[in-house]
Amino acid sequence: MAQDIEALTREAVEAVEAAADLAALDAVRVRYLGKKGRITAQLKALGGLDAEARREAGRRINAAKERLQAAIQARREALEAERIRASLEAGRVDVTLPGRGLPPGGLHPVTRTLQRVESLFEQIGFDVVQGPEIEDEYHNFEALNIPAHHPARAMHDTFYFPDGRLLRTHTSPVQIRVMERQAPPIRIIAPGRVYRCDSDLTHSPMFHQVEGLLVDECVSFSHLKGVLDQFLRAFFERDDLPTRFRPSYFPFTEPSAEVDIQCVICGGSGCRVCGRSGWLEVMGCGMVHPKVFDAVGIDNERWTGYAFGMGVERLAMLRYGVDDLRLFFENDLRFLRQFR
Amino acid sequence: MRFSEHWLREWVDPHMDAHALGERFTMAGLELDSIEPAAPAFSGVVVAEVLAVAPHPNADRLRVCRVDDGSGEPVQVVCGAPNVRVGMKAPFARVGAVLPGDFRIRKAKLRGVESLGMLCSARELGLAETAEGLMELPPDAPVGEDLRAYMDLDDRVFEIDLTPNRADCLSIAGLAREVSALTGAPVRAVVPDAVPAQVEDRLSVEVADREACPRYVGRVIRGIAPQARTPLWMQERLRRGGIRAIHPVVDVTNYVMLELGQPMHGFDLARLRGGIVVRRAGVDERLELLDGQTVHLRPETLVIADASGPVALAGIMGGAPTAVGPQTRDVFLESAFFAPKAIAGEARAYGLHTDAAHRFERGVDPELQARALERATALLLEITGGVPGPLVECAAPEHLPRRLPIGLREARICRVLGVAVPPGEVARILEALGCRVDDSGDEVGWRVTPPGFRFDLELEVDLIEEVGRVHGYDQIPDRMHAHAPEIRPRPEARIAGLRFKALLADRGWSEVVTFSFVDETVERLFAPDAEPLRLANPISSDLGVMRSTLWSGMLPVVRRNLNRQQSDLRLFETGLRFLQEGDGLAQRPALAGAATGRALPEHWDAPGRALDFFDVKGDVEALFALTGRTMRFEAAEYAGLHPGQSARILDGGREIGRIGALHPQAQSRLGLEQPVYLFELDLEALTRGRVPRFEPLSRFPAIRRDVAVLVDSHVPAGRILDVARAAAPDAVREVRVFDVYAGEGVPEGRKSVALGLILQDLSRTLTDDEVDAAVAGVIERLRRDVGASLRE
Repeated sequence: MAQDIEALTREAVEAVEAAADLAALDAVRVRYLGKKGRITAQLKALGGLDAEARREAGRRINAAKERLQAAIQARREALEAERIRASLEAGRVDVTLPGRGLPPGGLHPVTRTLQRVESLFEQIGFDVVQGPEIEDEYHNFEALNIPAHHPARAMHDTFYFPDGRLLRTHTSPVQIRVMERQAPPIRIIAPGRVYRCDSDLTHSPMFHQVEGLLVDECVSFSHLKGVLDQFLRAFFERDDLPTRFRPSYFPFTEPSAEVDIQCVICGGSGCRVCGRSGWLEVMGCGMVHPKVFDAVGIDNERWTGYAFGMGVERLAMLRYGVDDLRLFFENDLRFLRQFR
Repeated sequence: MRFSEHWLREWVDPHMDAHALGERFTMAGLELDSIEPAAPAFSGVVVAEVLAVAPHPNADRLRVCRVDDGSGEPVQVVCGAPNVRVGMKAPFARVGAVLPGDFRIRKAKLRGVESLGMLCSARELGLAETAEGLMELPPDAPVGEDLRAYMDLDDRVFEIDLTPNRADCLSIAGLAREVSALTGAPVRAVVPDAVPAQVEDRLSVEVADREACPRYVGRVIRGIAPQARTPLWMQERLRRGGIRAIHPVVDVTNYVMLELGQPMHGFDLARLRGGIVVRRAGVDERLELLDGQTVHLRPETLVIADASGPVALAGIMGGAPTAVGPQTRDVFLESAFFAPKAIAGEARAYGLHTDAAHRFERGVDPELQARALERATALLLEITGGVPGPLVECAAPEHLPRRLPIGLREARICRVLGVAVPPGEVARILEALGCRVDDSGDEVGWRVTPPGFRFDLELEVDLIEEVGRVHGYDQIPDRMHAHAPEIRPRPEARIAGLRFKALLADRGWSEVVTFSFVDETVERLFAPDAEPLRLANPISSDLGVMRSTLWSGMLPVVRRNLNRQQSDLRLFETGLRFLQEGDGLAQRPALAGAATGRALPEHWDAPGRALDFFDVKGDVEALFALTGRTMRFEAAEYAGLHPGQSARILDGGREIGRIGALHPQAQSRLGLEQPVYLFELDLEALTRGRVPRFEPLSRFPAIRRDVAVLVDSHVPAGRILDVARAAAPDAVREVRVFDVYAGEGVPEGRKSVALGLILQDLSRTLTDDEVDAAVAGVIERLRRDVGASLRE
């Protein structure tokens, strides 16, 4: 009897270990430990023994049962691990193959630059406003103190329509439109397309400007210098960027200035880009001319203001190292993709 | 303005080198464009005299010359210049000389004859673009003197870009005044003496338009020597000022213009008929100009006329028939003040740009005319001899520009500039610039009377600019303007345009920027019947009209990229569309796209597929999703679009956009070899979003029922969905189309549309009966409204 149970257990454990999969393992379990299983049958057979022998046999059978259960559990875990291993193996992919889907496109470098300029000025409370691109003489010229036949008009190379309207030559008319409808204080920037009848290597008949205007009590040229200096340093992310303000002339500002930054290409030592001067002209600016305030009915004694205008393509070229203005309007996908 | 540094330094000589001076100009608003040497580097060139000229034994075109270069022994030189002759003086490059371009002069044999140096032309010395022969030096040129010293060639030419308000600096005298104000160095002005009349000859002058010509000064000079030549020093100063020497009379007037800023004109007196009349052009008058062209005069043009008609465009250019030339013996010199308004724009109207017009339209010193004429007379008499008549002046002082005193407040200077300039410095600056500065009676400040030549000084702020400019902008501190911080409203329902751009970019679209003026033939594809908005002066004929759709500018970009082997394109642009509506013009912001090529990039695990209408529609719907509204797509036909693949997009009842495939005909006309899909949306409508409003979520299960209905094949899916949604009770959360089929098993002319209905209630689980009833209701309505039958 004792022999029997030992032999049976050994046989069962061998069967467990031989089970090739979970189904076979379960069949082995049923064969030995199921209701009609062979070890179960042994327990049932105990009834014919005396108490002492029954206790002894029972203990041995139970030990055998536990041993078999442990073997089955171990085998189950092994088989499970094997199944997962096999499924992982089958699921292996080449992670170096390209992913699926559409790569992103991107924003045009002009948009990207405008965005940057706008966000910098929005930090200090400037609103972004738009104006029409087909303008009238009044807003583009006269209200800006550029009467007919003023020599400054010759510098503008204006596109006209047969009815006398024109394509705005600068974003400055937006100043007028804003001041016509809004009382000071005013803080705006006006980005947009402008047009000049001029086309060569360094001139495009259409390009972009950002106009800025601040009108308040007690605004001085000193503030204009301060804001543009900070802006340029922030735009180029150069805390030590030298800037200089040169007196200049615009009919709609007085005093007027042009703003140069130290050449970002050569660092001021002189190169082709800066015409060997070490400086790059990036903006025009000045204090709002009294005649401009007169045109929009703003009191010159109470209010003063500054205005500035910058060429967006110029800033983008310097910022991103683009060496040909025409690339911005050719829209070659290989160019555009570089600004994603 | 180009000028010789040495000439300027004769007038004012600050203690700074050329580059420091240039920098000072720039920082005072007179932007230095360049400083160039007056002559390229060369050495070893001296004044020489040709002693003898003999034919070359072996060459017809060459001559063998003996030249005195001052070294003692005459030198033998072979020369090919046609004008070489005995007795002439010319530049001579000795053996060892180095000419421009690092051209070294060596002992040479030319066709067997020894040549010890080279006689030079102006071109060979870099002093002219072209030359006919040797450069002829004046007879009194000292033999043996170094040419650079003799001609003062170690000079520099400054070029300064003057802004239009600074006509007062269009002369050496004006620049000198400016330099003096900037540096404190004194001006040594040339003050011409009056030249007394030696004959009584005069020409009558009548000014008919006294407002346009408030001052006209003239003088007759008789008996100039026709063979006289302009002295080399004057020719050189003119050359360094960018003006070519032509004739002593012309050269002297140009010289005075460069020196003092007064444009002048010399007429050949013999060719004038009667006296001078300054008037507006008459009807149908013509004038042959000095440059050879004949212009038909505009009636508003101011002319100088004689008894026979116009002889000059006043303040712009003289006429050819009365020009001075080799034959001229007697001249009439004109020195006038023309009002800027009378000249402005006139030169441009004739396509001319002259030094005279440039000055007059910006403003010439109204007090300068007589002085300039005296100076010109003196110079001319020195060169050509002759006898002057009296100065004849015709003036209308009431029309001369008047400079009124301007009040300048000390406090205002500080307010505008943001820096306090010491009062003494303010007065010094303004006086140095030629202003009269008086103390003002009451307020702290001054009464400043600008000089006549400063047309730009009119207001207090103009004076403040002068003070700031000369004091130095770099002396003004940088400050930030402080305003009360405030949080301003920012409507959440307004979607920034950038949001839409970013969405498209993230979905694979690249932004382009195209010109707003386009090729009319492309524009016509989409607006064949409308008259395009045409530019009067386009940059080129293929950019002649304003776009009414962004597509007109984008399609050429598609083509250009396809030609450059970029065949998978999704491009978008924002910008204004220009639409003529009734009498008015609308400038509408739009967002447009053009896509062509593959739906997805070539991939190792997926078959390629060309993108189609629904790829683009999906992206457009994604844009709409940002607004929180559903837009309707309705089949529509548009010029330029495929009639079976285009839709009108409606927001409520309003059309806010179009989408479709480019019409195959348009496609081939544009030379595009693959279909292109387009959309264009009204950006204003798109930016109107909404503030989200929370709706409770159901905790109960959703139930889906699928039904397939048969409808006539022309019934649009959108119509079926509309009917189904309208018929469905609230419990139906969503109706979607998940299959469309026609073919075997479906009767001819019909199609099967499979709908998925998703039902869910907020407060309970729906019963089967409720669901069945809802679905039956939907089917019944479809049966009635679109003739649907249930597909079994």
